[in-house]
Amino acid sequence: MYTAIIFLPLLGALIAGFLGPWIKDLGAQLVTCGALLLSAVLAVVAFVEVAIGGQPRTIELASWITSGSFDASWSLRWDTLTAVMVLVVTVVSSMVHVYSIGYMSHDDSKPRFMAYLSLFTFAMLMLVSADNLVQMFFGWEGVGVASYLLIGFWYHKPSANAAAIKAFVVNRVGDFGFALGILGIYLLFDSVSLDVIFAAAPEKAGTVMSFLWMEADALTVLSILLFIGAMGKSAQLGLHTWLPDAMEGPTPVSALIHAATMVTAGVFLVARMSPMFEYAPTALAVVTVVGAATAFFAATVGTCQNDIKRVIAYSTCSQLGYMFFALGVSAYSAAIFHLMTHAFFKALLFLSAGSVIHALHDEQDMRNMGGIWRKIPFTYAMMWIGSLALAGIPFFAGYYSKDLIIEAAWASHSGVGHFAFWMGITAALLTAFYSWRLLFMTFHGKPRMDQHTLEHAHESPPSMTVPLAVLALGAVISGFVGYDVFVGTQMDAFWGASIKVLPENNTIEAAHHVALWVKILPIGVAAAGISLAYIAYILKPELPAMFVARFRPLYLFLLNKWYFDELYDWLFVKRAWQIGRWFWQGGDRAIIDGFGPDGISMVARWCAGQAGRLQTGYLYHYAFAMLIGVVALVSWYLAFGG
Amino acid sequence: MDQTWLLPLVTFLPLVGAALILVSRGDAEQVATSARYLALWTSLITFVLSLLIWVLFDPTTADFQMVETVAWIPGSSIAFSMGVDGISLFFVLLSTFLTPICVLASWDAIKTRVQEYMIAFLVLETMMVGMFVALDIFLFYIFFEAVLIPMFLIIGVWGGARRVYAAFKFFLYTLAGSVLMLIAILTIYFQSGTTDIQQLMAFGFAPEVQTWLWLAFFASFAVKVPMWPVHTWLPDAHVEAPTAGSVILAGVLLKMGGYGFLRFSIPMFPEASEMFAPLIYTLSVVAIVYTSLVALVQEDMKKLIAYSSVAHMGFVTIGMFTMTTQGVEGSIFQMLSHGIVSGALFLCVGVVYDRMHTREIAAYGGLVNNMPRYALVFMVFTMASVGLPGTSGFVGELLILVGAFQANTWLAALTATGLVLGAVYMLYLYRRVIFGALEKEQLKALLDLNRREIMVFAPLVLLVIWMGVYPSSFLDMMSVSVDNLITNYKVALGETGTALAAR
Repeated sequence: MYTAIIFLPLLGALIAGFLGPWIKDLGAQLVTCGALLLSAVLAVVAFVEVAIGGQPRTIELASWITSGSFDASWSLRWDTLTAVMVLVVTVVSSMVHVYSIGYMSHDDSKPRFMAYLSLFTFAMLMLVSADNLVQMFFGWEGVGVASYLLIGFWYHKPSANAAAIKAFVVNRVGDFGFALGILGIYLLFDSVSLDVIFAAAPEKAGTVMSFLWMEADALTVLSILLFIGAMGKSAQLGLHTWLPDAMEGPTPVSALIHAATMVTAGVFLVARMSPMFEYAPTALAVVTVVGAATAFFAATVGTCQNDIKRVIAYSTCSQLGYMFFALGVSAYSAAIFHLMTHAFFKALLFLSAGSVIHALHDEQDMRNMGGIWRKIPFTYAMMWIGSLALAGIPFFAGYYSKDLIIEAAWASHSGVGHFAFWMGITAALLTAFYSWRLLFMTFHGKPRMDQHTLEHAHESPPSMTVPLAVLALGAVISGFVGYDVFVGTQMDAFWGASIKVLPENNTIEAAHHVALWVKILPIGVAAAGISLAYIAYILKPELPAMFVARFRPLYLFLLNKWYFDELYDWLFVKRAWQIGRWFWQGGDRAIIDGFGPDGISMVARWCAGQAGRLQTGYLYHYAFAMLIGVVALVSWYLAFGG
Repeated sequence: MDQTWLLPLVTFLPLVGAALILVSRGDAEQVATSARYLALWTSLITFVLSLLIWVLFDPTTADFQMVETVAWIPGSSIAFSMGVDGISLFFVLLSTFLTPICVLASWDAIKTRVQEYMIAFLVLETMMVGMFVALDIFLFYIFFEAVLIPMFLIIGVWGGARRVYAAFKFFLYTLAGSVLMLIAILTIYFQSGTTDIQQLMAFGFAPEVQTWLWLAFFASFAVKVPMWPVHTWLPDAHVEAPTAGSVILAGVLLKMGGYGFLRFSIPMFPEASEMFAPLIYTLSVVAIVYTSLVALVQEDMKKLIAYSSVAHMGFVTIGMFTMTTQGVEGSIFQMLSHGIVSGALFLCVGVVYDRMHTREIAAYGGLVNNMPRYALVFMVFTMASVGLPGTSGFVGELLILVGAFQANTWLAALTATGLVLGAVYMLYLYRRVIFGALEKEQLKALLDLNRREIMVFAPLVLLVIWMGVYPSSFLDMMSVSVDNLITNYKVALGETGTALAAR
């Protein structure tokens, strides 16, 4: 069963991918959805056995790369962390699969799409169930490729192709760090197996290793290298640029990969490696600062975007920031808890946005929407639920997880923790603001689309609305249902050995006892954010324009996403092409070939030409040369020979 | 050790096939057809026989196996001696595996002088296999040089527009190195009194002699690999060579340099190898970064893949000179993987070249619309080239990086930049050729892979996945030999290299 959960999606992908022309669209959809639903049901059983029942296990499959003492095998590690992740991934993925039947009904290559989705799910499951770092890297890169294929799914669009490459390459930059981290871990621990690493981490604390130019604490260096990998995958500040562009992919993809699952792989990685990060406080501080900065940065950008999917994409980026600073203050279980609730409500938001886009004939610009809430009331309700959960309004899922993170940051009583706290509070305000801005711009006010589109706006088919309802259920109840086991009273028994927190870092325990104002403040700013949006987009719709006119530089700065893309394009892309051209024309052609083969053959040709000129054909020239020769020879003999 | 007949049989069977093609008679069309079939069957039988080497190979010993020795030149120690160990085994298989694929790939593409073309390929196969199994340094030299002749002809006769320039550049570069190697071989003979490779490995040359001998061999092997800055013959040779020629060039000929380092430079001149390792590292890292960037700006598909070959071979040379188990095994594995993957990529280029007769990237775009099978195959090899886990490319690169990290973290970090750059130029190529809208009129009529082409690609795809998912079938065969190589290397340094160790 444990193996089947992981490999069923692969089977579905292979059947849909290779037999697509024979089993037709419907066959491919049935096979992949069936495999995923079965996988999800089994995942529930596995969750009960492993996490609730407290029976972690490891399943050896086959050997993989063995070379000297380097040994990475194919094996599945099932502990609580894995069970939680598998459950989230299979449930959200199966919902997205079903949703795709409706959403992609007008597309020509449905089997291909379903195959990619299932392939992605398989890679993601391999990632979360890996027993060693190399296998995790397999899943890690596998989801990267699936994401590349899905972003570029509409390959006739140049922008989609560009976004796909960007996603893959930026992720590769992160993977560069991850790979170096794996190498370093092997050098330090003489193993890449998680069990060995976790067992040996305490005694390796304080070891010094030389890395590049520095002599540094080994665990700190290695943890930061792994975190660079996590930054790439989870779109943290600096390596975030690919995520908004990834919205070029079909909306179900955005929901599954770029909101609920793949982008949380970085969070999972850090949580998984918690037995190592716990002994690297400097690395944890780095994680906190980057996470907090991302939460703030992405929230600011989210307030100014006009593409409905991009707003949600920046919101994802920002929420991932929350998860990271939770990890940074050692509140790993809170981060995973938020990962789970976020997976539900963000998938819900994306799929609802997809429903809006579907209703309005592929319109994504919110400036061309408005006033359609009567036309698609169900979608409207779903969007409300998702937004309430996102903003952390009491008793929705986000309230339980997000507030706990903010409280844990405060409770850590460290400088970086307080920085994260204030960043988190600011971001919470902005989150509520842009969420309701989105709601008001999309559903309220005067309709701004053309008459034809408005008349044909329609509610989505059941294959799309049923998954929305399931996810909405998750967005409402997953918070208070999961609270006790994930982060409450039963927390220690639930997580078992899968997450390690040193006693002095137990911020979750401390978070339950923070001052009242810390608990109330997040709700307060959320309410403030909603009110602000209500004022700006319902009561006084002229306000945003005035603001833009008044603070134009700030607006442009935010609209252009802090100019990261422009900077990177100028700094890396342009330079790489320039240097490449120079190496090719200057290095290879002019210098190496010029002084090498071409130069030598030119010299040889010149010499031959000169030598050729000696052969004049005149007898007296030859006779004269002979005479000179004889004279020289005789003189030499007379001078030295005697 | 009963199967002494096997290696000579595998080596010289292609020559028999070549002789049969030579004597076949009939009108031109008949001769061409019979040449194709004879070449295909000969190379297939050779391949099956070579599989027997793998089956009979005993992975528990580092000794040479299936050794056949016949006295050859009287009055000297030069003998006709052949054998395989865990290092050479897979290179033999690589050669015999790629030859039938090349024959099949040339089936329709070569229309003139088919008879001579097939003969050249079979002769080439004999020379390649002979070189990998030779146990006498003089015999090795003969095969090593003789490989050049059929390759020179293949480029020069069946090549593209600038084939003569390319053929001469190729020949000059490689010959310049070879001359120095011949001198070195003579020196070795006069110093040690033997040409037997096994005895030479145990001989122990004086350190100052080692330096010069190492440099002489380096001159020859570095050109073959090719290492920066003596790589410029490769793009030209690839661009002008016919598709199958490029496949063998990338698949096997480049591996001759790497094999040479492992067979001669490292075991025979351990102290010099250690001394020059930083030189190798530097040149290889430069190769990775430099040629990756150059690959980025290429407008010719074959040139792009040729430059990527230089970068990938940079990984190989780094791995072997780290002299760690992972590094050396990784570099052998990477050579095998690169042989298959880059060979397959050249075949991919050949598919569209046969249809469109241009290699210019800008002439393509949107091929996924009418050639989905081709797009899939190309994607598999692109990903293998990028080093995606689950394909053969990953295993080699990872092991090499593991080795490099143990040697020096700077080395590992700089080498790993190849992972990022490799992704950039390969995906950029793929996007321009395969993705996009199908707008160019001439492209709309292109047909997807036909049955013959599927037969060419299917074994390559399966092998790439097999090597990526279960590399143990290959790594287990070589591990004892590699360990032996490293042990001997360490012993040699430990015994005579106390001065070196003090550094």
